[in-house]
Amino acid sequence: MTDAKDERRPAGELESSVMAVLWAGDAPLTPGQVQLSLGSDLARTTVTTILTRLHDKGVVERRRQGRGYAYYPVQDAHGLTARRMHSELDRDTDRETVLARFVAQLSPDDERVLRDLLESGER
Amino acid sequence: MTALLLLPLLLPLAAPVLARRTLDRLAPVAALWVITVCALVLAGCSLAALGVFVLTGLLKLPVFATLGELVHPLPTAPDLVVLPAAVVSVAALAGFAGTFGRATLREIRAFRSARTEAGRRPAAGDLCVVDSPHPDAYALPGRPHRIVVTTAMLRSLDAAEREALFAHERAHNRGGHHYFLAAAELAAHCHPALRPVRATIRLAVERAADEAAAAAVGDRRLTARAIARAALAGQATRSARPEFAPAVASGPVPHRVKALLAAPRAARRAAAWIAALLLACTTASFAASATGMLDVHHRVEIAQGEESR
Repeated sequence: MTDAKDERRPAGELESSVMAVLWAGDAPLTPGQVQLSLGSDLARTTVTTILTRLHDKGVVERRRQGRGYAYYPVQDAHGLTARRMHSELDRDTDRETVLARFVAQLSPDDERVLRDLLESGER
Repeated sequence: MTALLLLPLLLPLAAPVLARRTLDRLAPVAALWVITVCALVLAGCSLAALGVFVLTGLLKLPVFATLGELVHPLPTAPDLVVLPAAVVSVAALAGFAGTFGRATLREIRAFRSARTEAGRRPAAGDLCVVDSPHPDAYALPGRPHRIVVTTAMLRSLDAAEREALFAHERAHNRGGHHYFLAAAELAAHCHPALRPVRATIRLAVERAADEAAAAAVGDRRLTARAIARAALAGQATRSARPEFAPAVASGPVPHRVKALLAAPRAARRAAAWIAALLLACTTASFAASATGMLDVHHRVEIAQGEESR
């Protein structure tokens, strides 16, 4: 990804990417760490701006770390209902909904084929 | 002339093979449009044919003949054919209405609960994160569009792969793919032969989003890897569920990964032929049901004494 390409992306998409990094991390992350795990060429200041905006929205919390802040996602109060909703969607055994899922269920055969494909792709 | 109305009921039998071939040969977005439109028309024509059978059957009954102001008996095939055909058609239509109604209710309920839940969360861009140990992700259409992803899914992919995943889900929302999925659902309930076509449309939707994602992140191989890893991560948590029945044939996920790893294919002449065949099949079905309906209309008018034979 080029720098220009990332800076041109809509702000909402950048926020999503930053949120994803925070959720994927185990511990609070500094803007530098976020920038690093984003793996793109976003400027540190851009990352800091996004994190500040997310904090203003109340989506992330932060705590002092060194001279700056480390950010982590707000564990939502509705965690329980979220889990319930999720299992409700999950229970639909045929999962034939208009909600387009990223990946469908795999057969054992599929699993083997996929592992082979992944291995050959990584070599 | 009743025989002509059997055509719309028989032609969908050819649709599954043609649809699958169309998807294999055509660009995903083009294939998605062709297959969905054909499935809808084929479904509509088979419903129309059933409707005409019911109508002719009803007009054979004295009550409805009076209501229809028939002065002569309706000229049709012998009662021995028309009446059983009408009964079977009524049963088929009732069955369709029942299963479709139930499926629609279920969809709406699932969609509403997902939508409410997503609306309750603070927005960070278009992303809605669900704290769950089960890797899952889906596009949630509506205003505004959302991507719902579980924490487990976020953790099983690296940053670049997550971008591919987001691009994929955004492509679903931007492309209005839920309309195609709903159309596929509708068609599948109208005619049993269109059920495999629903699976093909689902695959076409995923392929279209995959290609859009690959274009957005500029890396087909990365997109393929994201799909494969997400699927395998989901499988690992699912291994505790013995009720899952393994499919016989290779499923949609390996197909998508292989398609991304292969170089994008240029359009071939065979592609156009297959699509043309599917369209011809659909047109034939439409023509047959239209002709059949006009014919019945004409005969009703004769029976009403408005037109001479």
